[in-house]
Amino acid sequence: MELSGSQMVIEALRKENVSVVFGYPGGAIMNVYDEVYKQNHFKHILTRHEQAAIHAADGYARATGEVGVAFVTSGPGFTNAVTGLATAYMDSIPLVVISGQVPISMIGTDAFQEIDAVGISRPCVKHNYLVKDAKDLSRILKEAFYIARSGRPGPVHVDIPKDVTAQMAHFSYPSEIKMQTYKPTYKGNPRQIKKAIEAIAAAKRPVLYIGGGAINSNAANEVREFARICGIPAVETLMARGVMGDENPLLLGMLGMHGCYCANMAMSEADLMIAFGPRFDDRVTGKLSEFAKHAKIIHVDIDPSSIGKIVPIDYPIVGDLKNVVEAMIPLAKEQIQADKYKPWRELLKRYNEIHPLRYEDSNDVIKPQWAIERVGELLGDKAVICTDVGQHQMWAAQFYPFSYPRQWLSSGGLGTMGYGLPAAMGAKVALPNKTVINFTGDGSILMNIQELMTAVENKIAVINIILNNQFLGMVRQWQTFFYNKRYSSTDLSVQPDFVKLVESFGGRGFRVKTKAEFDQALNDAMQSGCVCMIDVQVDRFENVLPMVPAGGTLYNMMLEYKE
Amino acid sequence: MDAIRRVLSVIVLNEDGVLSRISGLFAGRGYNIDSLTVAPIPKTNLSRLTIVTSGSTAVLEQIVKQLHKLIPTYKVIESGEFVEKELALVKIPLSEDFNGLDAMLKAYNGTIASSSEESIVLMVADDYNRIDSFLKAVKKYNPTDIVRSGSVAMDL
Ligand SMILES: Cc1ncc(C[n+]2csc(CCOP(=O)(O)OP(=O)(O)O)c2C)c(N)n1
Ligand SMILES: [Mg+2]
Repeated sequence: MELSGSQMVIEALRKENVSVVFGYPGGAIMNVYDEVYKQNHFKHILTRHEQAAIHAADGYARATGEVGVAFVTSGPGFTNAVTGLATAYMDSIPLVVISGQVPISMIGTDAFQEIDAVGISRPCVKHNYLVKDAKDLSRILKEAFYIARSGRPGPVHVDIPKDVTAQMAHFSYPSEIKMQTYKPTYKGNPRQIKKAIEAIAAAKRPVLYIGGGAINSNAANEVREFARICGIPAVETLMARGVMGDENPLLLGMLGMHGCYCANMAMSEADLMIAFGPRFDDRVTGKLSEFAKHAKIIHVDIDPSSIGKIVPIDYPIVGDLKNVVEAMIPLAKEQIQADKYKPWRELLKRYNEIHPLRYEDSNDVIKPQWAIERVGELLGDKAVICTDVGQHQMWAAQFYPFSYPRQWLSSGGLGTMGYGLPAAMGAKVALPNKTVINFTGDGSILMNIQELMTAVENKIAVINIILNNQFLGMVRQWQTFFYNKRYSSTDLSVQPDFVKLVESFGGRGFRVKTKAEFDQALNDAMQSGCVCMIDVQVDRFENVLPMVPAGGTLYNMMLEYKE
Repeated sequence: MDAIRRVLSVIVLNEDGVLSRISGLFAGRGYNIDSLTVAPIPKTNLSRLTIVTSGSTAVLEQIVKQLHKLIPTYKVIESGEFVEKELALVKIPLSEDFNGLDAMLKAYNGTIASSSEESIVLMVADDYNRIDSFLKAVKKYNPTDIVRSGSVAMDL
């Protein structure tokens, strides 16, 4: 079949069962947009900024596990997309992002809207392509989708010069893929698995350290089953919230900088750590020389370079987590006595009783933690929760009762303010029957505020809850703790009227100062069927606690802040 | 921790941009490149890079894993025995006193690769540390230019 490069893009997306593309047009990608206009296989959603297109595709991917797709034009369209690519890359999210490029003959001439896009994206994507001939396009697009979703997932960037989008060539979309060089390992080595099980059987104080890999691998059921059979307590990273389910008695909570006391103590006192797809981020480990220093470590990861990158590993297992845990379960049933760890579980339970996750509620002002707990009580598993970045993000991770994987979408690795609203849109487009909440801050929400227009136009009814502390709160907190309260450039008391702002776009706004108003606003927002913004005036100086100061040790958390 | 010198032979798909992926990986992650040579492998779609790098054991392990992780990487040969050779060209003005040069060239299996009205160019191919000592010895002839190729290696 002879097709133009642009038609090939459409055909490839059809073959990949893509149902929605987020994007923003411009000169270099107009040929593709012309074909978008003529087709009805997928819906194209025009965001109002390229960064948001990538985040929306990312939110779609996180909510579903499928590859998110976005289109952007060359030059500034592409550079605007870079933060989105980096965000997805850091959190291993599968995307295919297609950018226009100036015609091949003009590459290298500093042409209008020319930028070395593959040069820029190289360090923040799993792989990228500059397409030089339309006859390569079907293979490249097939590979792009395959690379994005296989192995350790990640974004793939395909840069297509304008003349290639017009070029006619033979198109036949490969039904199978065979790459000479790229072959991810899915099955764990049985000998390593056997050794790991023996190590667990020999341990007295094992702990499961669960990371985002458990979500990417869709391994939550297996991980829960494994934990149950073994009776091993578990901690989750920020990326893994929802894997165990908060009602699970074996879940201690989130660990790390703002993790709970018992989770961090479990890591510090464990004699064996069973790491299921985490990456030992510095926000999790604190000071490395003190991190889990009594523990032998089993690390299961599909990315060999992740194993041993930060800490030496005693039992490395390269493979897909779901596969590996499936293989571990029958061995665990034979060899591991859940009773054996009872004293250890009791000890950790006591730790949790001594220093539970807590906050001081108030009758005068809404505490941000209360707002999150309240949404949890009212919506629980009915809502998918997105966040921006800052204090509100940490409180959401701490206080929302997550019960299943992919219920929690947050930028962990890059910590991208402005992620929340577009990602929530992507999730809502993917799951129209779910309530999608974006917990955001008065700082973050302004970083992609233009997306209210996209949400209104496309009737994407996400509910933004601004925990408005009139501060870049997380930075303000560090200034309070570590910079003698010199609040350099963090005071946001000059703000827009958020209610009028959202209403000017055609959404609904609510200003909330009391608990009663909060419930009412949430209820009205749920009924409204359109994009909403609930501006919740919260205690300005609330701090996220407990806290492991950067470079501190997990067992030495700051439990409260005293002036 | 002391930096260990390591020779890596990396086989990659011979496609656009592959060298920038590799050099970008080293630059971006702060790894050393002491030398790097590339050439296509005859009758294949592959190229071979010989990279001489250095770092702690942990860093070297990461370098190998990160190289493997690049999509176009076919193989990373890191251990075992290598024949490793490097080539050096040295330009010496004709005005110099060449006393003893012949003997030195002989000792290093060197040749005179070219000569002009002003200078001669010496060529030596040998182990990198022998090249080092040759370049030290040749200093007394006041070379005006020195070019080293970087190591090429073949696993045995
Ligand atoms: C794009 C970007 N710029 C800067 C930062 C640094 N940063 C981290 S949290 C934060 C404050 C966020 O303020 P807000 O959205 O109001 O949330 P709060 O902490 O007040 O809940 C800042 C500036 C970031 N993470 N992302
Ligand atoms: Mg704020």
